[in-house]
Amino acid sequence: MVYLDANASEPLRPEARAAVLAALESPGNPSSIHAAGRAARRRLEAARETLAARFGAAPEDVVFTSGATEADALAIHGLGDGRRVIAGATEHDAVRAAAPGAEILPVDGAGVADLAALERLLASGPPALVCLMLANNETGTIQPVTAAAALCRRHGARLHVDAVQAAGRMPVDLGALGATSLALSSHKLGGPAGAGALLLAPEAAAALAPLIRGGGQERGRRGGTPPLPAIAGFAAAAAAAGDAAALAPLRDAAEAAARAAGAVVIGAAAPRLANTTCLALPGAAAETQVIALDLAGIAISAGAACSSGKVAASHVLAAMGLGELARCAIRVSLPWNATDTDIADFAAAYAAMAARIARRAA
Amino acid sequence: MRVLVAMSGGVDSSTVAGLLHEAGHAVIGVTLQLYDHGAAVGRKGACCAGQDIHDARRVADALGIPHYVLDREARFRAAVIEDFAASYAAGETPVPCVRCNQRVKFADLLALADDLGAEALATGHYVRRIDTGTGPELHRAVDKARDQSWFLFATTRAELARTLFPLGAMADKAAVRAEAARLGLPVAAKPDSQDICFVPNGSYADLVARLRPEAGEPGEIVTAEGRVLGRHDGIAGYTVGQGKRLGTAAMADGTRQIVTAIDPARRRIVVGPPASGTRDVSLTELNWLIAPPAAPLRCTVKLRAREVPQPASVFPAATGVRVRLDAPALPAPGQACVFYDGDRVLGGGFIARGQADAHSSINVSSSKLPSAAIA
Repeated sequence: MVYLDANASEPLRPEARAAVLAALESPGNPSSIHAAGRAARRRLEAARETLAARFGAAPEDVVFTSGATEADALAIHGLGDGRRVIAGATEHDAVRAAAPGAEILPVDGAGVADLAALERLLASGPPALVCLMLANNETGTIQPVTAAAALCRRHGARLHVDAVQAAGRMPVDLGALGATSLALSSHKLGGPAGAGALLLAPEAAAALAPLIRGGGQERGRRGGTPPLPAIAGFAAAAAAAGDAAALAPLRDAAEAAARAAGAVVIGAAAPRLANTTCLALPGAAAETQVIALDLAGIAISAGAACSSGKVAASHVLAAMGLGELARCAIRVSLPWNATDTDIADFAAAYAAMAARIARRAA
Repeated sequence: MRVLVAMSGGVDSSTVAGLLHEAGHAVIGVTLQLYDHGAAVGRKGACCAGQDIHDARRVADALGIPHYVLDREARFRAAVIEDFAASYAAGETPVPCVRCNQRVKFADLLALADDLGAEALATGHYVRRIDTGTGPELHRAVDKARDQSWFLFATTRAELARTLFPLGAMADKAAVRAEAARLGLPVAAKPDSQDICFVPNGSYADLVARLRPEAGEPGEIVTAEGRVLGRHDGIAGYTVGQGKRLGTAAMADGTRQIVTAIDPARRRIVVGPPASGTRDVSLTELNWLIAPPAAPLRCTVKLRAREVPQPASVFPAATGVRVRLDAPALPAPGQACVFYDGDRVLGGGFIARGQADAHSSINVSSSKLPSAAIA
């Protein structure tokens, strides 16, 4: 099988695997006062320090969660503080569902947020909580977060950044971005699923209200015993993940092959993650393409699959104004260990699929 | 052979997938998501997929075959649900399963089969395809109680040629369940579905009234002569031939009454004695599974899903087809009239409204028919 669905979940990195196994071997709850507890606590704090250093936060301002969905929800509920919420039109459902009444910040045809519109929105009412992702999961489009953060500061707004897809694929530094908070996911950068984190800027640390109080873990900001093996793997993966720049030539080769078969690259005009491409094949339903490529041994995806497996229409592509083309787009996202052979296999399968669909439609 | 199997999550189509997989075919399971189950059962926050979709996935997992859920909600709403409501509002009695087979399942899945390089489509319908020197024929199932050929009359010959119906030869449902159990399918003991799929718990009349409020407005129940016998609470609750829900109109002049016609323009249900009937039926949207005949055709016809075929003559005409029944009956507009030669399906069409045209050249005795038969 050729796995080109890294934005759904990255393959486990060997460093993460080793860290998970080591943590599984060690008993102990970080809250316990005995030696085993203290050892567990050391592992937890080491992971916290690794992540803090890697992503530009202070260790005490890293809050471990079950994943990025919880980190996004914690930021929106915990930093909302009665503020109105402004969310980018292409945010992940983890954000959209946590802020159902959000005012929507539009994007242009390449998926880039309209900063002039953000400024108008910020000026139009009381202080807001703005949610703007760093890189989009479907197109890889990178948002002008640093500029958005400056606008937010000027208007007394908080800025929460979902950096799930960006982390490990491009430089991510909470302090440099100037944002209020940053959501991360372990399995999107090559760690195991089951861990995530919310990183807080110093001024936000005291403002955060917890979603889950429980036993007061994570300095009272997130109750529940932390899953040490997952967190250890998360930190090891974060340390191992550089950036995805080396994947750019492979991604470009995949795009060239798809274009030759009739595809249109979505969002190519904007800065994008090096591992992601969104390919529309006019006239070919996305779900048909996903199935055809799966049967050919190529794992890619389209839109966001719900728990039934039904592929829903993509709100991201709709927000970019793609119209019918949105129904014909698949996402190809290269994992950290993608090879030339993977891309050659993809190119062959894609060309065969496009030819078959063109024949049937003729 | 690579074959696409339309899996509903029920025991029938699951068994089809299991049998074809066992026979060594490369089976691809697909389940159509036709409506939002959570919304249909009115539970806030319920998953859009019903239990049937989860069951189909479990079966595919048990067999180790790929399985995909296809979103056909928009298509199904436009082609089946809205048509269903519009048909009731027009005083007809629709057959949504025929529309679904015709407009959603066959054409669509065969196109998908092409796109996926699959040679055939297989379904869990109880019908038989028999291949002859002159092409494939559609026949009733061996199990006459389960036969679904009436629902498949609109299948085109090109579609038939690429579709497999492995259950048509099964002796009965018990045999299918035994196969399902032998194959270890987790749905072997699952009860049969009874309802119209998109009205899982509740009254279809409520759904119709929501989409077409006029079909849910009260009106009069009258005799053919216009005498008012009672009231009804929406024409969507009635079909030609029905004897229930007539209230005070159930008996008139010492005779039990049944619905003989529905007049949507005046929101009237017309009743008459059960002996009312017509011998002439005109059809629309004909589909032939034989070369369209040039001369009148003697055959049997079936006007309802559960009814014994009756002898008739079918008269081809430029504008459609007229059927002359040997004995009067109560055809319900919107239902199918399917032509049979023994077990073989020859073709069929939908029963049109206003079929008993007294001046038709082939309709020599219709002047004797009670006017109530004229809808």
